[in-house]
Parts: sequence; structure tokens; C-alpha cells
Amino acid sequence: MKRFATLFNTIDQSTKTNVKVAALAEYFGDATDADRLWTIALFSGRRPKRAVTTTRLREWAAEVAGIPLWLFEDSYAVVGDLAETIALVLPPNPSGDDRSLTHWITELRGLADLSEPERKAFVLAAWEALGGTERFLFNKLITGGFRVGISQKLMTRALARATGKPETELAHRLMGNWHPDDTTWHALIEAADASADASRPYPFYLAYALEEGPEGLGDTGAWRAEWKWDGIRGQLILRDGDYYVWSRGEELMTDRFPELARAIDHMPSGTVLDGELLVWLPGAAAPASFNALQARIGRKTVPKKLLAEAPVVLHAYDLLEWQGTDIRHRPFAERRALLEAACADLPADAPIRLSPQIPFHSWDALAAQRSAAREAQAEGLMLKRADSPYLAGRKKGDWWKWKLDPLTIDAVMIYAQSGSGRRANLFTDFTFAVWNGNELVPFTKAYSGLTDAEFRQITAWVRKNTLERFGPVRKVTPHHVFEIAFEGIQPSPRHKSGVALRFPRIKRWRQDKPLQEANTLDDLNEMLRQYG
Amino acid sequence: MARTKVLTFTEKGIYCPASDFYIDPWRPVDRALITHGHADHARSGMGSYLATHAALPVMRHRLGDIRAEGIAFGETRRIGGADVSFHPAGHVPGSAQIRVALGGEVWVVSGDYKLVDDGFSEPFAPVKCDHFITESTFGLPVFRWMPQRDVAGQINSWWASCAAAGKTAFLGAYALGKAQRLLSMLDPEIGPILTHGAVEATNAVLRKQGLSLPATIHANDEVDPKQHPGAIVVSPPSALGSKWARRFGPQESAFASGWMALRGVRRRRAGDRGFVISDHADWSGLLSAITETGAENIYVTHGYTDVFTRYLNENGWQAQVIPTQFEGEPPESGDAE
Ligand SMILES: [Zn+2]
Ligand SMILES: [Zn+2]
Repeated sequence: MKRFATLFNTIDQSTKTNVKVAALAEYFGDATDADRLWTIALFSGRRPKRAVTTTRLREWAAEVAGIPLWLFEDSYAVVGDLAETIALVLPPNPSGDDRSLTHWITELRGLADLSEPERKAFVLAAWEALGGTERFLFNKLITGGFRVGISQKLMTRALARATGKPETELAHRLMGNWHPDDTTWHALIEAADASADASRPYPFYLAYALEEGPEGLGDTGAWRAEWKWDGIRGQLILRDGDYYVWSRGEELMTDRFPELARAIDHMPSGTVLDGELLVWLPGAAAPASFNALQARIGRKTVPKKLLAEAPVVLHAYDLLEWQGTDIRHRPFAERRALLEAACADLPADAPIRLSPQIPFHSWDALAAQRSAAREAQAEGLMLKRADSPYLAGRKKGDWWKWKLDPLTIDAVMIYAQSGSGRRANLFTDFTFAVWNGNELVPFTKAYSGLTDAEFRQITAWVRKNTLERFGPVRKVTPHHVFEIAFEGIQPSPRHKSGVALRFPRIKRWRQDKPLQEANTLDDLNEMLRQYG
Repeated sequence: MARTKVLTFTEKGIYCPASDFYIDPWRPVDRALITHGHADHARSGMGSYLATHAALPVMRHRLGDIRAEGIAFGETRRIGGADVSFHPAGHVPGSAQIRVALGGEVWVVSGDYKLVDDGFSEPFAPVKCDHFITESTFGLPVFRWMPQRDVAGQINSWWASCAAAGKTAFLGAYALGKAQRLLSMLDPEIGPILTHGAVEATNAVLRKQGLSLPATIHANDEVDPKQHPGAIVVSPPSALGSKWARRFGPQESAFASGWMALRGVRRRRAGDRGFVISDHADWSGLLSAITETGAENIYVTHGYTDVFTRYLNENGWQAQVIPTQFEGEPPESGDAE
């Protein structure tokens, strides 16, 4: 575990991408096959099957540390990470253990067949054998969640450096449902794989936000407008009779969208489309909310039921490759004409649809269209210059996103919770409520949006105005009104208020506003009716 | 029979009604007894100040022309009906716990303290008392400090590796106390030691009162970074990554604080390294200090007050949180001093 701990520390301590990649590449170059395979797995969210419940881990850690369980739990609330809390409360220990990462994982998997006292004895012995970072990592092997700022992208870059293989090919190899239990380093990384080249995506062209109105863009005739959808930007690649789906983060997501396989029936090989992945029910006038899509993204394998409830359709807005030829340099208007022709005969149940353009003759008229975006389940408009080539990355000038202003509501703060770590002494997480008659109904949490000075001010106030405490949460006297901004609203039976907000954040502290003038549940329901 | 308490907690701070003085008040009062020179303990605007001889120079440096009187550690001063004395708190040079004895009852205000001898501040000395007012900045069992020489080893090997890679090492720490403690831990064999103006100003004050620090070079505008390859620069955290720091070219930055024990804090700091070292007591330090006072009544302030108080009460003490409106300001970012 020492070698892995050294790697982990280097990555964890550095904020510099090149340092992380270099450390990973070095590790991939010299670690054993089993260790490097497991390292890829752990850093991409795969972990050994959990052999011990976190409840037991907490109890055992408190016992070994000689502290009451509540004190362990309160410490955990401040630290914010179970594996780390355990590592910190246990008696310090120098690290002199030489067993490998794979050894510990193998042992952990063996726990499944043991009785609980045997499991406990094993975990306690491991805590005694391992010190510092290694003890923390051992806990992480059980609890999961190695958040080390290593994206799939950085990992493939490091692997490319260590193996000499192209990054795109490695990204392709790392996709899917592989697990170290049923593959090897050789099979995953080294063995010949013909499909890798076919999956290669183009870099995405990203738009800048239009801060002022569009008037400064000049003559409307030079511009095309379309909805800015609230889905996932994706590239659909059809090559050699196969299909590949890439996200904007250049993550291969093919397996998450099996319905797109049928695209091959409707478009020729040698086609690459840029578009938005949206959940769109057959016959619906608008896509489903982002929540529905979120349920899909979270799944690496999609159950049939979910596939039927939340079918994904690609709304294509650009054509990057046609008949096997890269056409990104051609003007947008030309690419778009080809795209429209290619989509002309698609049947209604095809998993591809053309994302429409919005005709307009003046910026004023377009502004009126934009204000209707929410009804179309869109976030606003995209403006693209008709003669623009498809560039790579974020470039100013040819593409703009012109988003809607957020929705806002004035709400009353009723609960406050302290942050963790550096902000453990500040109240930073709040629950907000609206009036329902004389009752305040909580409807959302929000944190970001206040200045440090405001957080300090509200913290001092919370301390003096606490009514009740539930662990780290304090119920406070209803007094302060805040303006909450959010991007969308949906019905939600799980919430007492019956609604769920998208991207809620604090916009302003309305010190000027009396408590009684905060908004009501009726106001929220009206928003739900209009925009939900 | 009810009688006035020796010390009470008022909006202006800890107050002795019998003798009409305050300890570390946060509003202007006539007579202030000060535990140490940090900004959250020694504030401007008091009619008069009483602090240890060793704490005064820093206070004068910070607060300017104040009416202040010095007192030796262990010396007893009769104020009103109370016997007052100052005892080493081990926090920074000159820092004291203040003992107040009145009518057969002894109260001690800890100020900020740590138990480990940093080889630099007067080492913490436990004082027997009936009532102990303690800080709890790091009052959770996740805080446990390593021996100072181990941290010194980490810092020096980081510095050496920066020097070997042709980078300047920037070490951020509170300019008053922590920075000098770190200076005293550095190995001058590795390379030149440079300081930010704020750190150097405190160095001058402490050197003048006889504290020994390694030789430092004030990194002002005239200093050419190229003339000092392999240097370490000790600066306040706010100067890390500033225009002043960038002048030094390739560099790494580190931050030294007790909060660096938490990975989340280390990561949010966005520096290259975090060293866990504090001038406050860790969990076991707080508990052993409290035990050594023999006090039954404990008043908890400054930190994880709720959690720490509950733990004390479950373990046989009479503990209470000093009511919130007397808590002063929450700590600013970084180390609460
Ligand atoms: Zn303090
Ligand atoms: Zn202090």
C-alpha cells in the first residue's frame, strides 16, 4: 500500500495538473499489473464490494479511539469524510507495513465469508498495522469515493504517457462496465482493439455567455438562433456500423444510452452529430425536466423500466462529419443544410431529431422568443453566426449562449447548518421556507451566494437566535428574508412543499424586507404551473 | 448565600465586578488585563492595559501609543480586593493565563494556550484553580499534533526539495508568533531565509526583547530574487501567490496551521502543501490542561464549544459554554489565533 499511498499523497497535495499526471504516469509505468489495474478502477469509482457496513466501522473506530459514538459522529460532521475521520481519531501509528494495494483488496474481499467478530478482528488489526495515509486509504477501500481530482481525462493522459497509446483509444478502453475482478491490465489496456479508432470524437466547440443584449452582434441576417436546451451536450459518432456517445467532458457514455444504437438504422456510417441528449417522451411537446435525465446519467447500466420511462433522444444541431469526411471548416449554414437533409426522413420513433432553428427578423422579436424559452423547457437561446466554422474549445465571437434570467423568490431562513473544515465555525448551509397561511413550509436548501462578511454576520446572528439543535443543524427564529434564484421548478412528492428547484442559490440578503412579505406557497405553485 | 461571582461574562468581555477590570475585552473599557498580543485578545481603545513584560512590545507595535504596564510571570498584584497573577500559556512569547483569586476562590482565564514546548515561548504551566475558562479552538478528537521535530523535518525536506528543483519555497503562517516559531524550526543549512515585511517587523520586535531567531533577509523591493537561489520565504498567508510573491518566479507554497489536519481544508487552500502545526492545544492537550488545573467548573469558549462542553459534562466536570453573545467574532479564515 506504500507505493499507492505515495502516489495518492502526491496527487492529493498538488493543485497542478502536470504534477498529478506525471506522478500517475510514473506509477502506471512501474506498479505491478494488479496494482495499476486496481488504481484505475478506484480512481474511476469502482471499488471492492463493501464487506463491512459503515455503521460497524463507526462503532469500532469510536471504541478503539476510546470516545463515545456521539463524539465520533460530531467529529465526522466537521471532517466531512468517514474514512478520514476514522484515520484521525485512531491512536497515531507509524507505518511499517509492506503489503500491497492488491493484497489488502484481496483480503477485504475475503471478509464476505467471515463472521462479524472475524471481520472486526481483521479491521482492527489493519488499523493497527497501517499508519497515516495508508490507514486512510484502507478505510477508503471499504467506504469508497476516492475524490482526488483525477478525471477520466487526466487518467487517460497519464496512461497514454506510460503506454505510448493514444488518449482517445485509452478513453475508449476504459469505458463500460469492466471490473478488476473480471479483466486484467493486459486485456484492458494492451490487447489489440480495432474499435478504438472508430470511436474517436472531435473536440467540442463551446459558446461564451452573452452578458448584454444581442444588439451589439450587428445585422440579424448574419445570425441563426436555436433553443439552448437544458440537457447534456453530446457527440454521436456513427462509424463502421457502430455507435459511440461522448459527453462534453469527453467521457465515453455509449453504454448509458442504448436506445441510440438504433441511430445506425437511420443514418449512414461516417456521420458525426453534435447535439443535446434529452429525455423526450413520445408525443410530448417539450423535453422532460433535467431531473429525468439525471436519473439516466447516474446509471451505468439502464434497467428496461427506466429506458421506457425516460427515453433519451439526441436533438442534433450540428454536423461535424458527413460521409466519412470532416466538414467542420465549412460554414455553419452549409453544415446545417446538410444536417437538415440528413434528418429529413427520420421517422417519429428515431432516436435522433433535428433541433429546430428559430426564425427571427429583429433582435426585439428574438428577445420575445427567448422569454418563452422556459415553456419549451429550454434555458434560453443559442446564437450562431451563419458563416462560422466549427472550432475547438471555448472561443469568443461566433457562438453565444443567451440564457434566461433566473427565477427568483423571497424566502425565510428557518434552519442553518455549519460548513465543514475551514468553514466549520461558520453557518453556510441554510434551509428556506415560504408562507402557507401562518405556517412556514420549507422548500429548498441553498448555500452559495453570500460574501464572507455576510456569512460571518449571519453566523453571529444564528448563534444568538438558535431555537433548537439537531446535531449540526440549528432551528432559528424566522426573521431574515433572502432572495433565492433558481433555474427551474418541478413537482416533487418527496418534498413537503411539493416542489423541487434546479440550481437554487442565494441571490441577495433582503435585509430591507419584513418577514411577512416573503413569498407564499401559492406563489411557488403558480411558478410550478407556469414553468414546471 | 448568593454572592457576586469572581468573574462574569458581559457584553464587553470577561469582567471582575469586585475589582472592576476586564480580561481581553472586545469593547473599550477603563482597565484591561491582556493575555497576549493577538488581535482577538488585545484590542485598541482601552483606558489602560496590563500584560506580561514579554507581551508588551508586540502590543505596543500593534496598538501604538497605549497606556500599558508590564508584570512579571508569577508576580502577584492586588487589584481592588482580588489577587491577580500571570502564568505562562505557551501560546506565543509573553502569552499568559490570568489567575484571579478573591475570597478564597481561584479563577483562571486560559487565553490561548498549548502544552507542547515550542522552545520559543515560555512553556505552559498548569495553575490550580476552582474555575477554569478554557479555549476549545481544536476541541475535537480528530486534532492531534505531531511532535514539533517531526513537523520541522517535513518542512525542511519540502524546502530542500523545492531548492533542488530550482523553486522558491513560500511558507505562509500568521505573522505574529507562528511565523517566528517556524523560523526557529528551519534549517539554515538548506538555503537563505527571507521574510515578508509583516513577518520581519515582528521579528525585529521579538529580537529586541532577546529572542533568538535565525538570520533573515527582509524581501523588500530592493531584494533581487535571483541573488537568493534555494530560498524559503516566510510570509503571511495572504501574501502567498500575490504579485509580490510571483516576482520570485518558479515557486511552491505551503501553509502551516492546525486546520491543515483536515484534508478538505488542505485542498481548499489550493497551496502545494499543508503542514499541521498549531499554537493551540490539541484534543488531548485541552483535556490534560483541564485535568491539571483541578478545577471542577469549566467555561468553554472559542471553538467547538458545544461538543467539548458535552464531553466534559459526561466525564465529571461542570462545564458550560460561555453564552454565545460573549463569544466574540467567529475566527476569520485560517488559524484562529
Ligand atoms: Zn485567540
Ligand atoms: Zn492567540
